[in-house]
Amino acid sequence: MTGAAVARPAEQEERSIGLWRDAFQRMRRSPAAIIGGAIITFFVLMAIFAPFIAPFDPTRGNLGDSYLPPSWEHLFGTNVQGQDVFSRIVFGSRLTLGIAVMSVTLGVTVGAILGATAGYFRGWIDATIMRAVDIMLSIPGLLLAIAVVSWLGRGVVQIAIAIAIVNVPIFARILRGSLLALRDADYVIAAKSVGVGGPTLLLRHMLPNAIGPLIVQATLALATAVVDAAALGFLGLGPPDPRVPEWGSMLSDTYRYLTDAVHLAFFPGIAIVLAVLGFNLLGDGMREALDPRLRR
Amino acid sequence: MTKFIIRRLLLLIPILLGLTLLIFVFTRLLPGDPATTILGERATPENMAIVREALGLDRPLHEQYLQYMGGLLQGDLGRSFITNRDVVDDFLQRFPATIELSVAAILFAIAVGIPLGMYTAKRRGTWVDSAGTVVSLIGISIPIFFLGLMLKWLFAIQFPILPDSGRIDLVDYYVPRVTNFMTVDALLAGEPGGVIDALRHLVLPALALGTIPLAVIMRITRASVVDVLNEDYVRTAHAKGLRESVVDGRHILRNALLPVVTVIGLQTGLLLGGAILTETIFTWGGVGRWIYDAVTARDYQIIQSGVLMLALIFVLVNLVVDISYGFLNPRIRHS
Repeated sequence: MTGAAVARPAEQEERSIGLWRDAFQRMRRSPAAIIGGAIITFFVLMAIFAPFIAPFDPTRGNLGDSYLPPSWEHLFGTNVQGQDVFSRIVFGSRLTLGIAVMSVTLGVTVGAILGATAGYFRGWIDATIMRAVDIMLSIPGLLLAIAVVSWLGRGVVQIAIAIAIVNVPIFARILRGSLLALRDADYVIAAKSVGVGGPTLLLRHMLPNAIGPLIVQATLALATAVVDAAALGFLGLGPPDPRVPEWGSMLSDTYRYLTDAVHLAFFPGIAIVLAVLGFNLLGDGMREALDPRLRR
Repeated sequence: MTKFIIRRLLLLIPILLGLTLLIFVFTRLLPGDPATTILGERATPENMAIVREALGLDRPLHEQYLQYMGGLLQGDLGRSFITNRDVVDDFLQRFPATIELSVAAILFAIAVGIPLGMYTAKRRGTWVDSAGTVVSLIGISIPIFFLGLMLKWLFAIQFPILPDSGRIDLVDYYVPRVTNFMTVDALLAGEPGGVIDALRHLVLPALALGTIPLAVIMRITRASVVDVLNEDYVRTAHAKGLRESVVDGRHILRNALLPVVTVIGLQTGLLLGGAILTETIFTWGGVGRWIYDAVTARDYQIIQSGVLMLALIFVLVNLVVDISYGFLNPRIRHS
């Protein structure tokens, strides 16, 4: 395909637009992408309109109402402080989505710069970056995130940075891999032979063709970011203010009250599962849509 | 092949050196230090200085690092700053617990994941396949700690058929610690009931820890088998009149296994991280929770050595995976 495209530039133009449009259209027909997109849209709307949806202030509790089971007044029951669990989940979506988007944006940016540098310059720069990536990947991700949060202190931004750091080596490795695979592609050699070099070659000719796997990985990373943020919260490393409604923190300590108040673990857990499932479905749909082997 | 293995082992040296440096710098970046943990927040500066000097924390960082490395090369990981126990002893006591749990989890994942992946692949396009895809996606999306909590609630509290925490019933069974693998120790103690009890304690944590790897293995197996199913040699094998089971095992699975093995290797890294969560929920005295507590207490020696050991295991598992490619795929072996 690429050989013919180089011979006929007009067709190449048409093709390169075609890939994204085609991918988008195939995503619209993929049940996975539709369901995933619907779930994520649901959570985004929940985050935006949280004050209108939540019946109670998520930070205020009435100690007289602690540990209430689910009822019409408190759909998902109340917690130790008598706070409404449903309202806390609704407001918690803001934190969860915020942390996920923040951490993945940061991780992709840094990872892509490192990966592009390694894949483009090769030689000792490549070797140095990739050894560093190997070292970071050999530490279990959650452990690394725990260490970073212990270092930077507890807080929403710190959690996002910790998760971003875990993701950086993964993104760097993926982009470098795609770039290496493109090095000998006909159109890259052709561009080089007509004198295109340096940043133009990288940014205009190679990156647009290497970015697909990165986008898919970024979507799937949103799912792991939600899980990792919740895991940190579960381990007691969530936002320092206990009134802040963070899904993982809501699950923390519930293993002590499972006998009496399983709803405290159940509802926030379901929210986490749904959000993770949504991003995973979206990522899966995207992978299929962008896979050139599956194109018509 | 030998040359390949030696090259890979040599490549480990810079990685491990970098790791020790990274972890060392990191532990020193953590706010607070062991002296604070030992003396508490309100200790006088004089007392803090005395403790720091006793622990060698007043010396320049590069000296501390060189001393740590010197000990490391002689197999001495130092003593915990807080409990003054030998880190190697503590590690050897807890590590088998994590290994026992991780092995149980990954065996469960492989034993269920590969057959399910194979089964759904051969019925691709049917409702069985779609159901399998949905179930595996949900399996991937359930956080370990949530699954653990729900399993514990369902099978240990609501329907108490399995123990909710610990590794063995200490009241019913006296098992001297020899290997610290509870199942093995119970066997050595000649307690068949103890072996069964230890296995029963393993069920819920292993299910919690093994579900994500199971779902991942199932998906990869399915995708990989679907690729192989259309190969000419599979049709040939069928045409030769070979039995279905022979074609499945020798022609399909063997050729489809390569990506599956890669994923199993990668999943072990996630298992070691997930162990922290599982060990917390099921009060399982393993290394995951041990390192987590050490981070909280700023116990430098344990963090440094514990993380290094976990990373070493992860790197070694992946080395074994790379080497096993050669055995699974003669094309790699001979090139």
